[in-house]
Amino acid sequence: MTTKDSRLTGAGVRRRGDRTSVLPDVDDLTDPGSSHGRRASGQARREALAAYGFLTPWLAGMLLLTLGPMAYSLYLSFTRYNLLTPPEWQGLANYQRMLVDPRFKASVGVTLEYVAVAVPLILIVSMLVAMVLNQGIRFLPFYRASFYLPSLVGASVAISMLWRTMFGGDGVFNAFLARLGIEGQSWIGNPDTALYSLVALSVWTFGAPMIIFLAGLRQVPKELYEAAMVDGAGPLRRFFSITLPTLTPLIFFNVLLTTVNAFQAFTPAYVISNGNGGPLDSTLFYTLYLYQRGFTQLEMGYASAMAWALTVVLGLFTAFMFATARFWVYYGDER
Amino acid sequence: MTTATPSPTSATPALLRPVFPRRPSRNRVVISLARHLSLLLVLVVVLYPLLWMAGASVRPSNEAFGTLGLWPSNFTLENYATGWSYGSLNFSRYFVNSLVISVLCIIGNVVSCSLAAYAFARLEFPFKRVMFALMLGTLLLPYHVTLVPQYVLFNNLAWINTILPLTVPKFLATDAFFIFLMVQFIRTLPRELDDAARLDGCGHVGIFRRVILPLSLPALGTTALFTFIRTWDDFLGPLLYLNDPAKWTVTQGLNGFLDATGESAFGPLFAMATLSLAPIVGFFLVAQKLLIEGIATSGLK
Repeated sequence: MTTKDSRLTGAGVRRRGDRTSVLPDVDDLTDPGSSHGRRASGQARREALAAYGFLTPWLAGMLLLTLGPMAYSLYLSFTRYNLLTPPEWQGLANYQRMLVDPRFKASVGVTLEYVAVAVPLILIVSMLVAMVLNQGIRFLPFYRASFYLPSLVGASVAISMLWRTMFGGDGVFNAFLARLGIEGQSWIGNPDTALYSLVALSVWTFGAPMIIFLAGLRQVPKELYEAAMVDGAGPLRRFFSITLPTLTPLIFFNVLLTTVNAFQAFTPAYVISNGNGGPLDSTLFYTLYLYQRGFTQLEMGYASAMAWALTVVLGLFTAFMFATARFWVYYGDER
Repeated sequence: MTTATPSPTSATPALLRPVFPRRPSRNRVVISLARHLSLLLVLVVVLYPLLWMAGASVRPSNEAFGTLGLWPSNFTLENYATGWSYGSLNFSRYFVNSLVISVLCIIGNVVSCSLAAYAFARLEFPFKRVMFALMLGTLLLPYHVTLVPQYVLFNNLAWINTILPLTVPKFLATDAFFIFLMVQFIRTLPRELDDAARLDGCGHVGIFRRVILPLSLPALGTTALFTFIRTWDDFLGPLLYLNDPAKWTVTQGLNGFLDATGESAFGPLFAMATLSLAPIVGFFLVAQKLLIEGIATSGLK
């Protein structure tokens, strides 16, 4: 079987024994005589086996660390569970509790405000900078690398600490304001402004979406702009008729990614508020509250319910983005 | 190349050239100047915090941290010596711990993600589309939905206070982003190379090892680099799983430092913070060069 098969297949010569021969050869029965059909299916089977071999780690991870845990956390979300005693079924109690939990509502408000302010700011800044960089600027690699650097370190404890100091009462930001004759305050300590110091931190990391916009802008054919100028289109018209439509696939991508990431921000809020989301819960990110409930107070059931609520919201947001994409994302059909 | 002058090239009809008279060229100088000034302003805003922190780390502790200047009047490395073993803190241990975890995570991600990526990019198998969609789906999945049950799982396995919860998942290709990155890369490699290797007697393992892996070095490098940065920066993972100070990572050490001293020892604190970022910035500078060389030699646009 092995020798015959390999002689027949020619292209599919294998040095080692034919592993598939141990399996019942169904195609031999259904399709006798056709060496072509047998070759194709034999190869396909071996290829499938090889593929599952290559995928084994991923499949194990998918089942044991993603799908299994997801199902388990869905179950836990209907229970009361403190890790020490077995989970106790509670029905929808955890979800009902969310509706009346003032700190939960506070965390939702804080997170939504953060996302609603930070995401548009990041996108606008990254697009503007990318457009300026795309004008054939000298030292482009230097600017690009420097602007990208904060994206790499922005979520670290070190930068969060730095931010906490810079925007504190005696911080550098106030020293700068004093030069301008403006009296500062503790931006971190004031519940009205604490969240905005976190927004500033996230806008500081505009580099990653900027790189993506820049790559997109470089794909826009220069002839389009030249043609538009010949037709007398001004800069604004050129932006809205050429640049913006060409960028819509990247805007789509960046909106989706930046939003999903913003919903999951954790470290800066944790470090800046000492892990308590203060002052007055003004930096109590959803993830931070989830962490407190789950891992400080060991309310694993409630934390699971919160995690699933977040998952559903982000899933709906993603679905909404994809559903509306055909109305505003332009894929250059004429090419 | 400083200005993007739409030069009246051959593409522009000669008749239209007077449409661009000399007068706007003065405007162009102004616009070009404005561009450079705005970029420099952004550059200052972007780099100032990092440079200020590095400056604060070599400043004597008695200089107020409200100082705007970057360069200290009295340069000192005292903060580094103080911070390295401040109180009960032990940064040599934290750096070793972080390094061990990072190296293991890099190995895990590079091996497991490249294996999965080869299957998705090159092989045909049942349920391929479903699995690929599943893999892409996990890209957008918030990690919190698996946070609690994974903790329960690792707790039952008695893995708390070991580095296993932080490293083992990487060997099971849980970072779908890197699979996706490598699938995209492998798809650009010519299939003729696979066919040639097959004629030379290579099976799928041979093709993967001798053809795909050597050609995918840029993608593997990117994976290794980003894995390093993410792992090195990771705070929530160690916060959950490593409670014993002897097992802390650098990020935990910094947080512990802040908890213990507040802002009273900010000089040593910033010295350690600067050190904690140094590997990331260093790798980035090296890789930036590699990246540009890679683009230049491969002829990719």
